[in-house]
Order: sequence, then C-alpha cells, then structure tokens
Amino acid sequence: MRLRFAWQPVLALALLILASFFPSMTMGALDAEANPTATVQVPFDGTSTLISLLLAAGAILSLVRLPKTAEALILLVASFGAAWMLVSGISGAEGSALAPFFLKLAASWFLAWRAASVLSNLSPISASARTLLRLLVPALFGAWVLILWEAIVRGAGVPFILLPPPSAIGLRLVSSVPTLWADVNQTIFKSVIAGYVAGCGLGFGAAVLADRYGFLRRGLLPIGNMVSALPIIGVAPILVNLLGFDWQSKAAVVIVMTFFPMLVNTIAGLSASGHMERDLMRTYASNYWQTLLKLRLPAAMPFIFNALKINSTLALIGAIVAEFFGTPVVGMGFRISTEVGRMNIDMVWAEIAVAALVGSLFYGGLALAERAVTFWHPSVRGG
Amino acid sequence: MDRSLKLLSFSAAMNVIASPLKPADVVPRPSGASVVEARGLGLTFKTNDGPVQALTDVNLSIGKGEFVSFIGPSGCGKTTFLRVIADLERPTAGTIHVNGMTPEQAREARAYGYVFQAAALYPWRTIEHNVALPLEIMGIGKAEREERIKRTLALVNLSGFEKKFPWQLSGGMQQRASIARALAFDADLLLMDEPFGALDEIVRDHLNEQLLQLWARTNKTICFVTHSIPEAVYLSTRIVVMSPRPGRVTDVIESTLPHERPLDIRETPEFLAIAHRVREGLRAGHSYD
Ligand SMILES: Nc1ncnc2c1ncn2[C@@H]1O[C@H](COP(=O)(O)OP(=O)(O)OP(=O)(O)O)[C@@H](O)[C@H]1O
Ligand SMILES: [Mg+2]
Repeated sequence: MRLRFAWQPVLALALLILASFFPSMTMGALDAEANPTATVQVPFDGTSTLISLLLAAGAILSLVRLPKTAEALILLVASFGAAWMLVSGISGAEGSALAPFFLKLAASWFLAWRAASVLSNLSPISASARTLLRLLVPALFGAWVLILWEAIVRGAGVPFILLPPPSAIGLRLVSSVPTLWADVNQTIFKSVIAGYVAGCGLGFGAAVLADRYGFLRRGLLPIGNMVSALPIIGVAPILVNLLGFDWQSKAAVVIVMTFFPMLVNTIAGLSASGHMERDLMRTYASNYWQTLLKLRLPAAMPFIFNALKINSTLALIGAIVAEFFGTPVVGMGFRISTEVGRMNIDMVWAEIAVAALVGSLFYGGLALAERAVTFWHPSVRGG
Repeated sequence: MDRSLKLLSFSAAMNVIASPLKPADVVPRPSGASVVEARGLGLTFKTNDGPVQALTDVNLSIGKGEFVSFIGPSGCGKTTFLRVIADLERPTAGTIHVNGMTPEQAREARAYGYVFQAAALYPWRTIEHNVALPLEIMGIGKAEREERIKRTLALVNLSGFEKKFPWQLSGGMQQRASIARALAFDADLLLMDEPFGALDEIVRDHLNEQLLQLWARTNKTICFVTHSIPEAVYLSTRIVVMSPRPGRVTDVIESTLPHERPLDIRETPEFLAIAHRVREGLRAGHSYD
C-alpha cells in the first residue's frame, strides 16, 4: 500500500491523539462520571468515540494513494460528519466544552482544508465540472467559517449579545422574513436605488459637461473633493432635517456620496483615450458628439465601471447610516439601531446578513456587466 | 449646406474605383493641379527646453497623382510635415494649401486618409467595425459600408479576419487593417507615416507592390514617410530628402523609373543609381552635425 503524505491529515491525527489523553469532552460528562447516580443528559454520550473514529478513518484513508475525487469525498464526509456531531452534541450544554472538543473541531477543520486543496488541484475536462469546482471551493470555505463560528461560540459559551451563533441568526432571519422584506423594500428599493441611479447619472452628466466646458471642470472638481471629504455623519442629519424622514432624504445622502466618485472617474476616463486615437477622429472631421460616442466613452468605460462598483458599496452604507437619524418605522438602518437598543443582536445580524447578500448580488451583477462591456481591456481579456 | 455636395463628389469618386480596372500604364498621370503646395513653411514647437525648429523654409509642390516619399534621419520633421498637411499641427511660418484650400478646410472636406505610425485600432471594435469607423462618421449607408469593408479588407489580404478583435492579430495584420481603414473612404490624398515600418520584408514587399497597384489604378496622390531607401525608390515618383536640426528639405529627387514596376526592378542599374543619389543626399544632411 503506497502512501501520499499531506500535512493536514497528519496534523489532524496528532490532534486526535492529543485529545485521547483527556477523559471527557465537556464538563457535563465530567460531572456525570463523578456522580454516576444522577440522571442528567450526558453530552456526547457515545458519539465522542464515534467522532474520533470517523476523523481518524478519514485522515488515514486520505493518506492512502486513492483517486483524487475519492479522497476528497472521504475527507468531506469525515469532516462534515464530525462537525455535525460536534455542533449538535454541544447544544443544550453550551459553554461547557473542554479541550478535546476544540481539538476535534480543529482536526475536522484540517480535514476539510485538505479536501479543499485536493479539490482545487483537480482539473476536470468538462466545462460544467470546472464551473462546479470553482463554486465548490469558496462554498466550502464559507461553510467552514459558519461551522467554526457556530461551534466555538456554543462550545465556549460566548454570551448571546456579544456574538450569536449563526444558527440563531438563521432562525431569526427565516422567522422575520416579512419584516426584513419591508426593510429591504424601504432601504434598498427606495433609498438606495433612487439615490444610486440619480447620483451616478448626475455625476456622469456633470462629467460630460465639465469635460466640454473647462471652467465647469475647474469649478466642480475642487468643490467635489471638498464635499466627498465631508463626513456622512454630518451630512445625513442635515439632509434628514431638510427633506423629512422618508426615503427621499436617504436618497439625497446617497446622491451626495455617489455623485463625486462618478464625476471624478468619468472625467479621468474621458481623457483616457490616446492622442493618436483622437487625432484619427480629427482626420475624419468627426464632430464632438461622434468622438464622444465612438471613442471617448468606450475608452472611459473601465473608469465608469470602477465608479459604479465603488458607489454600490457607498450607496448601501449611506442609506443605512442615514436612517439612524430619523426614518419612518421601517428600514434596515432603523431596524439595526432599534434592535441594538433592545439587545436583539440576532436581528441586527440578520439585517447585516441581508445587507451583505444584497450588496454582493449588486456588486456581482456590476462585475458581470463590466466584463461584458470592457471585454477588450487588457485587464479583462488577459484573465 | 455642402454636406450633400460632399457626398455627391464622394460617390463620384467611388464610381472611379468601382469601374473596371484599367491597366496601370494606360492611366494618364496629370501633373497640373497641385494637391499640396507649401511655401516657406516653418513650424517651431515651444517646449520647456526652448523652441524646437521642426520645420524651416519648406517649399514643396506635390501634383495630383504623384507618389512622394519623405526620407531622412529621425527627428527631421517628416511626421510633422504630414501632420501639418493633415491640419493636426498649425505651421508657425509660411503658407500651405491642400487642394487649394487651407489644411483645415481640406480636413473638413475629408480630403485625405491618414495612416499613423502605429495602427491605432480601437480595441472594442472588431476589424470590420474599425474599418467601418470613418464610414460611420461620414454617414455612409450600411449596405455600402459592408461592400467597402469587404473590398478594402481583401485589398490588404485580411479577408476572413473581419470578426477578430485587433488584439487577436499580429502587429503587421493590425497595421494592414489600419491601412484598410484609411482606404475605405477613398480620399484622393493618402498620408502614410511609416506604415510598413513594423512589418517583415516579405509582407512589406507584398504591400509595396499592392500599394503601387492601388496608386496606379486610382490616381491617388500619396505622401509616404519611410526610413528605407529601397522602399522610397521603388514606390515614388519623387523622393524628398530631409535633414534635422533644424528640420528642412535638402534634396528632391525625381524618379526616372517607369510606372510599371515589378519587384525585381530593384536590381536594375537605374534603380541602384537613384538609391545611390538618395543615400548621398542623406549623408550630406548628416554631415551638418
Ligand atoms: N508635439 C511636439 N512638441 C515638441 N516637439 C515636437 C513635437 N512633435 C515633434 N517634435 C519635435 O520636432 C522634431 C521633428 O519631429 P518629427 O516627429 O516630425 O520627426 P520624424 O522625422 O517623424 O522622426 P521619426 O523618423 O523618428 O519618426 C523632433 O525634434 C521632435 O522632437
Ligand atoms: Mg515620425
């Protein structure tokens, strides 16, 4: 039998051996041993050995020279199986975990790590399998962030208001879908979208004008730099006072935040085309608009998309923060600020999760559009 | 007001090209009307290190249908002279007329096609759309655009590469595409700044031959910048030798070669004699510094 060494399974085995020197995984089990007549529910009664065996089997099998896919599969089953038993075993005994719990958690994490590295070294022939793999590795990574978070928070008994476990956040998210939806509707679909479209549109229009008329550029850019340096914490309450509590004032904050990145980037982009390219247009006696549409705007697209991406993040932050300063009783920022006051930290995290999801989707959509539009740019076509 | 006029004369020019090709030697070569007329032309660039005299006292008259090459060491003002003709630079002394107009009027009338030292294709456009660019700007209809793209790409041997993007082609192919782009709108004057500088000998020979054929059958006037003596002698009816610091014309050599020029004319004594004279002219220019 031939072996293939990798450090993760070896380290996992070492951790398992270390764990075997401890008598028990939790304090509850220690108590039960000290006091055998009591009829308490003992955590990990029976599964403790099973977890160790599963992990050890996974680690040893992965050292054998098996087909890569088989190895990855074995590692995934062992690591996720052990993690599942660890997390479900600790429920009801939060905060009582002892060293072996964490050692076994670390061992299963190392096996998952090995699985990920085996998977990312696979180079399947079919395109769909490649796409699947490209998605699988980050998904594994995300899953393990959640597993470790869950297991450590529960095992070590981190107070709920400091950091709730992801399962609690997930439950809260599922049970408050109508509230979350109303908040998303208020904050994203009203404030953010309106402000983003208007801010980017105005910034773009102003850039085209500033490019056409030099005095505008000389006037706008310094003011732009100044306004973009203003802290949003100062701008938001002023605009809320000015425009009222509803989404319009939030959209205004978003406009203020997104206008200048777009202005500055578009102005830079409009001068990105080369001298020769512009001379060429001149030899065709091309008019201003033809040159703008056929040369300077296409050449500016990488810059414009840069601004769109920066602004997608700024818009979300701006709208949420602006809601801290007054809003009707709905909206993501409103929810976060009130639920923090009520110690409902899981709801705050649920809002954060929703914001992260919406933000990533938006950003991802922009990145796809960017690839489609600026396919010709060396940074895109090269990679 | 003269937009329709412009288009009219345009399609008239197209008819010339579209009519059955005549053999090169039958096309008459009128020399009366001058296409480019420079008198005492000078251009001084103001730079941070003081003025640079790129051109001084250039007197040159280029007749219709001529093929004039500009040759000279780097920095002698060849590019600058073409750019003055094209109204991309303003002269600081003397006068210049293009087709009897100021360079600006000539540019507005789309009197010339310019081939730059680099291809300058737009990377977001396919080859065919790059060639279509001037046609779109000049408002030529889709059907005619397609016909001209097809014809000019065939002329530079790029048929089959219509849908490629510039960055998918070699440097030589890109340069040929840029020549096709300058030919597509069929201006009577072609300004070419070292168009074949980056190409290998064989492709260069081939393109020289094709350029000569094109010139012979279309009666275009061509101003052609090159660093290669054989290329200048092979192509030109007249060779303008220039020298730097300050940039000026030092010699103008009339070619005595026949209009019909197979590639092996380059081994004839007559050819070599002209090449020798050009070389002497270049040497004389060099001995100034
Ligand atoms: N925009 C400019 N500003 C300042 N100086 C310039 C400018 N363009 C050209 N020059 C100067 O004018 C002179 C002539 O330049 P030009 O480009 O016409 O030379 P060239 O004969 O085309 O040379 P090459 O064979 O290297 O292309 C050079 O000394 C150059 O430095
Ligand atoms: Mg030059």
